[in-house]
Amino acid sequence: MQLKGFTGEILLAYKLLVNDRTKFAALLLGITFAVFLMLMMMSMFAGVLQRSSSTVINIGAKVWVMDPAVNTPANSIPMPDYVQDAVRSIAGVRYAVPLYTGSGLVKLKDGSFQAASVLGLDDSSLFGRPKLLKGNIEDIYAENGFIAVQDADFEKLKDPQMGAEFEINNNRAVIVGIAKVTISGLFGIPTLYTTYNRAIQYLPQTQFTASYVLVEPKSPADVPHIKDEVQRLGYLALTEQEFIDRTTQWYEFHTGLGMNILIMTVVSFIVGLSISGQTFYTFIIENLERFGALKAIGAKGSELVAMILFQSTFTALTGYGLGIGLCSGLMALAKWRLPDYAAIMTFPSLGIALGMVIIIVAISSYIGVRRVLRIEPFDIFRS
Amino acid sequence: MTVESTADKSAAAKPGNTPGTTSGSGSAPGAIPSDAKDAIIARGINKFFGEGEARTQALKEVSFEGRFGEMLYIVGPSGSGKTTLLSVVSGILRPDAGTVSVKGQQIWTMSADEICGFRLHTIGFVFQDYHLFPRLTTAENVAIPLILQQRAWDEAISEALRYLKVVGLEDRANLPPVKLSGGEQQRVAIARAIVSQPDILIFDEPTASLDGDTGKAIVHFVRHEILTDKRCIVIVTHDARIYEYAHRILRMEDGQLKGVEDGDTSIGD
Repeated sequence: MQLKGFTGEILLAYKLLVNDRTKFAALLLGITFAVFLMLMMMSMFAGVLQRSSSTVINIGAKVWVMDPAVNTPANSIPMPDYVQDAVRSIAGVRYAVPLYTGSGLVKLKDGSFQAASVLGLDDSSLFGRPKLLKGNIEDIYAENGFIAVQDADFEKLKDPQMGAEFEINNNRAVIVGIAKVTISGLFGIPTLYTTYNRAIQYLPQTQFTASYVLVEPKSPADVPHIKDEVQRLGYLALTEQEFIDRTTQWYEFHTGLGMNILIMTVVSFIVGLSISGQTFYTFIIENLERFGALKAIGAKGSELVAMILFQSTFTALTGYGLGIGLCSGLMALAKWRLPDYAAIMTFPSLGIALGMVIIIVAISSYIGVRRVLRIEPFDIFRS
Repeated sequence: MTVESTADKSAAAKPGNTPGTTSGSGSAPGAIPSDAKDAIIARGINKFFGEGEARTQALKEVSFEGRFGEMLYIVGPSGSGKTTLLSVVSGILRPDAGTVSVKGQQIWTMSADEICGFRLHTIGFVFQDYHLFPRLTTAENVAIPLILQQRAWDEAISEALRYLKVVGLEDRANLPPVKLSGGEQQRVAIARAIVSQPDILIFDEPTASLDGDTGKAIVHFVRHEILTDKRCIVIVTHDARIYEYAHRILRMEDGQLKGVEDGDTSIGD
């Protein structure tokens, strides 16, 4: 293979780097460890955030009408029935249906109790119904009919089968369907679907019953108008993404969770910077006289800078890839053993980790480049 | 001496010639060829270090010539300015006054990048501590000047192997330098210095890290196998045991050139 021109210098830089196996391993370890920690923190946070919006994602309504004090889907504030009627009368609304969200105490056959999340779908449209794995959706109208969601928490209902019976708030309930949803819930409890009217009948209520009013606009252009009109009613209308963002912001800035993750991410960055920066600096210092010798022989400063930048970039990208691989592997292992494990690797997380790695590399390279550029070939003769 | 004449010499010394031999020179390796030309001309070199009260003059009005086909020693006690002079004439350290012409080119009128390129193609260095990369193989170390000249990697390694053969280390090509003895490392450094077929070779204390016999053997090898009538070798040394290999010896003291002596020109005969 012919490696022409500048490639020879890059290959030289590569060999100088990887042939020093101990230092290269230490460099990779530093970057990999930093990337792994940063990604793990952000992935766990992303997983929590995604699950915190599971109801919004699973139901899939385009516009959600709620009390302005609602911050997350789990903390709904019931609204009077007239809100639904008023929303239906807004121009641009194709239809609007109520949604009940709440929780109930399930008494299982063996006499044990299990908290469960209950979603009550509009009786006439069943808007937001899950995809059934077993059973027929119309059976939800059957007496005491409930649909159980087969997710990580499904087993907590003690392996429910079609036709299995249990009590919920002292009311008899029968499983008439088993469904799957896109995202599991955040709180580690099973999810049950039933009709809106049965939900408000079985579960204890305040004066008002509708947790949300789900709106289907006639067109996306109608959404701003619908939001304005809902605001005039004294309520809040959010698109699906706006509701997810509002939930995310709540967890990020009002729960301490975001700050903890940020601190851990910064700590990971500092650990990575310390290990990699120190090791790279040592690597440069140990080769400093030889870089000086290269200068004396005739290497230009720009060529040495390019070699150092290649070395640091190669290390960074290799460590970044290893960090991603390690993180992915551990997440896959965790999800295999712990179905409830909530962690997802997102592109923003990958981007932030890459940005952090680039900063680590830039700082490490800057120190190395400065030392190499400062060394005078004359110093080599005086050594 | 003219630029044209040296350019002709340079062309004759470029790839295609047998490396490190004196064949075709028309003269015995021991004697300076009768038509020897000046490879290096230094005139009125002054160099100061430090500032204020700490300012010292390292070189004082030094002038000399280095000729093609000769081994020129620069000797003198520590602090006499030998290394400073070596650095000035090899384009590494800019003098405060004076001119240096190498192969007819005024090197201190060049830009920094031009001087780098000039050194890379014209001057070979053998450093006191060799400065070989321990993580590269011997052949890769030797190939470095060619790689810096943007030669293809495989071509550079192939050329390096040829020069390792010249210094008798072809069987060490794939070993790292740390596995070699001091004398062998010195030979590797020599191979690296000559691999790009430079016209000027600069040796900084070549025997300082070697025992007496090995040191003499190395210099003997340089004189007989590396020196050609198209090459000038400048050696800075303290080691009087190798003076016998010099064609001429420049004696430095307190930054001044105190005298020029003829060496033993019969040594190679």
